[in-house]
Amino acid sequence: MNALTTLGTLAAETSTSTGESVQFWILAPIAVAGGLGTVLMRRAVYSALCLAGTMIILALFYLANGAYFLGVVQIVVYTGAVMMLFLFVLMLVGVSAADSLKETLKGQRWLAALLGLGLGTLLIAGIGQAAGGSFTGLGQANAGGNVQGLASLLFTRYVVAFEVTGILLTIAAVGATMLTHRERIERIKSQREQSVDRIKNATHIPPLPAPGVYARHNGVDIPGLLPDGTPSELSVNATLRGRGQIREVHREALRDLTALEQRTATYHGQRRQQGIDGGTDGASVGAGNGTEDERGDAGEESR
Amino acid sequence: MSPDNYLYLAALLFTLGACGVLLRRNAIVVFMCIELMLNAANLALVAFSRMHGNLDGQILAFFVMVVAAAEVVVGLAIIVMLYRSRHSASVDDASLMKL
Amino acid sequence: MESLIGLLVAAPLLGALVLLTGGRRLDRAGHWLGTALAATSFVLAVVLFFDLLGRADGDRTLHQHLFSWVPVAGFQADIAFQLDQLSMTFVLLITGVGSLIHLYSVGYMEHDPRRRRFFGYLNLFLAAMLLLVLADNYLLLYAGWEGVGLASYLLIGFWQDRPRAATAAKKAFIVNRVGDIGLSIAIMLMFTTFGTFAFGPVLSSAAETGEGTLTAIGLMLLLAACGKSAQVPLQSWLGDAMEGPTPVSALIHAATMVTAGVYLVVRSGAIFNAAPDAQTVVIVVGAVTLVFGAIVGCAKDDIKKALAGSTMSQIGYMMLAAGLGPIGYAFAIMHLVTHGFFKAGLFLGAGSVMHGMNDEVDMRKYGGLRKYMPVTFITFGLAYLAIIGFPYLSGFFSKDEIIYAGFAKGGTQGWILGSVMLLGAALTAYYMTRIMLLTFFGEKRWQPDAHGHEPHPHESPATMTIPMIVLAIGSVGAGFAFNLNESFAHWLEPVTGLAHGDSPVGHGTVSLAATAVMVIGVGAAYLQYGRRPAPVVAPAGSFVTRAARRDLLQDDFNHAAFVTPGTYLTRGLVYVDHKLVDGVVNGLAAAFGGLSGRLRRVQNGYARSYAVSMFGGAAVLIAVTLLMRAV
Repeated sequence: MNALTTLGTLAAETSTSTGESVQFWILAPIAVAGGLGTVLMRRAVYSALCLAGTMIILALFYLANGAYFLGVVQIVVYTGAVMMLFLFVLMLVGVSAADSLKETLKGQRWLAALLGLGLGTLLIAGIGQAAGGSFTGLGQANAGGNVQGLASLLFTRYVVAFEVTGILLTIAAVGATMLTHRERIERIKSQREQSVDRIKNATHIPPLPAPGVYARHNGVDIPGLLPDGTPSELSVNATLRGRGQIREVHREALRDLTALEQRTATYHGQRRQQGIDGGTDGASVGAGNGTEDERGDAGEESR
Repeated sequence: MSPDNYLYLAALLFTLGACGVLLRRNAIVVFMCIELMLNAANLALVAFSRMHGNLDGQILAFFVMVVAAAEVVVGLAIIVMLYRSRHSASVDDASLMKL
Repeated sequence: MESLIGLLVAAPLLGALVLLTGGRRLDRAGHWLGTALAATSFVLAVVLFFDLLGRADGDRTLHQHLFSWVPVAGFQADIAFQLDQLSMTFVLLITGVGSLIHLYSVGYMEHDPRRRRFFGYLNLFLAAMLLLVLADNYLLLYAGWEGVGLASYLLIGFWQDRPRAATAAKKAFIVNRVGDIGLSIAIMLMFTTFGTFAFGPVLSSAAETGEGTLTAIGLMLLLAACGKSAQVPLQSWLGDAMEGPTPVSALIHAATMVTAGVYLVVRSGAIFNAAPDAQTVVIVVGAVTLVFGAIVGCAKDDIKKALAGSTMSQIGYMMLAAGLGPIGYAFAIMHLVTHGFFKAGLFLGAGSVMHGMNDEVDMRKYGGLRKYMPVTFITFGLAYLAIIGFPYLSGFFSKDEIIYAGFAKGGTQGWILGSVMLLGAALTAYYMTRIMLLTFFGEKRWQPDAHGHEPHPHESPATMTIPMIVLAIGSVGAGFAFNLNESFAHWLEPVTGLAHGDSPVGHGTVSLAATAVMVIGVGAAYLQYGRRPAPVVAPAGSFVTRAARRDLLQDDFNHAAFVTPGTYLTRGLVYVDHKLVDGVVNGLAAAFGGLSGRLRRVQNGYARSYAVSMFGGAAVLIAVTLLMRAV
């Protein structure tokens, strides 16, 4: 509280103190970095965290500027409630769904960069043109306390706007409920009924294929491979697939398989040649398959 | 230090937010960038309030916050709806404005 | 009595409606229904005629106002009828000859599967023709005028499965359309000049109107008359129109419809009287056509086309007489009526001959038919004598009166007109004798038809011979009756006026001269066709003969003068249209298309693209604001 009072006294003055300037030059780059992070982070959760950081720093700036009430509201409402809402929705939609970095719209990046640069330049130029240097300070306005001052304004001059804002919030709450609400028009089927239905319609009578049948991969996010090496769509949860959280290993596995077959074929070719040359009988080929493989591997490595 | 620096910072953050809106395709991130722009505007309002020595700027920032809260609620509800029906939160997938 | 006038039109119109919409169940009795309704009209006409006769001379005009057709301020068109002596004459001719030809058609069309429809069309024609002559204003007349054109088209192309008939129908329709444009322009001119197109006001105020306007109206009316009456230069359709059934040729293309042009000129007499230039053109057209038709008639081997040439020529007489003004009007109409009798009789005779000869029309393949078809021979012969102007038969009186009126025009003009008409009379005698000799005299030159059937000429049934007999009686006696005390001319006098010009040659001289040229014509034909057998295949002939066989190159002329330039004009226009107009239009369209194609990319549906535009706009706004501050 003491710190706050200090900040307040700083804001009340008509010129900024050295302390404030130090604070600004430390925090402002962090805020900008947070903004950059919001824009540039691939994963939405990181973006959200960066944004939360920026917001907290902004709250500090509010405090430094004598807006105590707003500073607190910024932390409680924005960083606390709104950002949490964002995170909830992110979790709902798929927490790790990362944006692809490939730009689909032609020239969008160039235009965005150009416009960003142009807009920023213009805004800064405008501010630079308008900046007077001196300022009044909130000493007088905050004399009776910042919250009291705001309240007296809010409930006198801005009372109508305030009421309308109340209506707006009500509408927003009702609207959000309406939008996300789905009427259930039939009873949820029990597990038993579902299995009866499956039998009746002859769809997927046996259980669905299990994911990750290889010893190396038994995670639920890895599709099981069918005998021909292709992944089975049915073996992973549809939700995971919807979020794009499936790990793709089958290509790797297929590559391994091809390599293995190739080595076997090479080895067999050698054996056949040896057989023709040295007259080895074919029966031993089938018996010592594993060893032959190893020998093939060894031979490959030696090459 | 001049309080104008707050304004410069606000302009910078606003521009960053704008670029984010233009660049990102995840609707939620786009939304967050809009929040960033709103916050930048709020910072500017607060700075103005201090420069002019009255609280009207803060009142305005307060209203911006309230409206932004309402907007977030409805906007996120829309995103959830969109995700339910299209299984995607990408703004490009919802290019239904072109017939 | 006035209320009967509408019924005159209504009866055949009802017949047409019933017959054309009634369907197959009327097939068995439809023709009798049509005939009965035509006869009903005739009976009504006779009743009205006696009513008119019972009235005083000046009180012989009846009016019936049915309803207002287009009642607009300053533009009043009424469905109203006017029955005066001129209309009455036409009504009697139309319904009388029409009824007879209906009766004839019952026999002639007996084996045609579409006979009911034929009678429907005939009734439609009667209704339209009666509307034409009974209308009390030019607009209603125009309706009838188009109606007869339609009926003519339908009937010429009645055997629409024959390409020649279909083509002929189209030709008639299109050539008539040229004339119809004249009539519509004339009506428009009348409306702008007089503010109305009712006969009464127009004709009574014609005398006070400027001569230029009247000449224009007159020439337009003449154009219409030329189209409908097959006068030079719109004569080319009549010959081809003979592709229609013979009763149609008799009724429409000999007795009634083709004379509508003469009716129009005589009805508009007041206009022509005040426009001497227009009258001169009428005379010239009539004179040219009368020679033209006669020459064509001399060369044709197709009996119906020869008669068609004759029709053209005879209407030329009427037109010439109508162009002479009050000294000729009455005689034009008188010749029209007598011509209606004998030409209808000739056509019915020709139809009877064709009926007996497997529909053969080439006269060179007839010969010696008088023994096989006595009734046809006698009736045809009487009509023949009437048309060549054999003394004291119909044609003698009416034609002599016209020739006399021609001489009475006075001066060099009179002499020229008289001589031309005498030449025409000689040619008439020549070609009619030729037809007579080739058809009924000489040896048989019969050929089997396309299916190999030998012709077995026989007399036609009573339904066909009775009309022929009646018409033959008319051909013989009508002229004498009309000429008795100039009764016909006096009957028409209140409508057309009557004048006697000063003729350098007397009545008797004219008659003598006409008879003399007639004898010359007959003699020449006899020398050529009567004394030695006619070849079955036409000899090559001289240049004139060959040209006349091709209708004096009328189609070639039309083709060269209108069709070919029209084709080239169209091609040129099409070229211009394709390259220039379409080029500009398509170029514009392509430019806009290309532009939109490019602009369309802006509207790609991606919200982020739109956001770019928004931010761009915001940037521009800020820039402008800063600039304004700086300035």
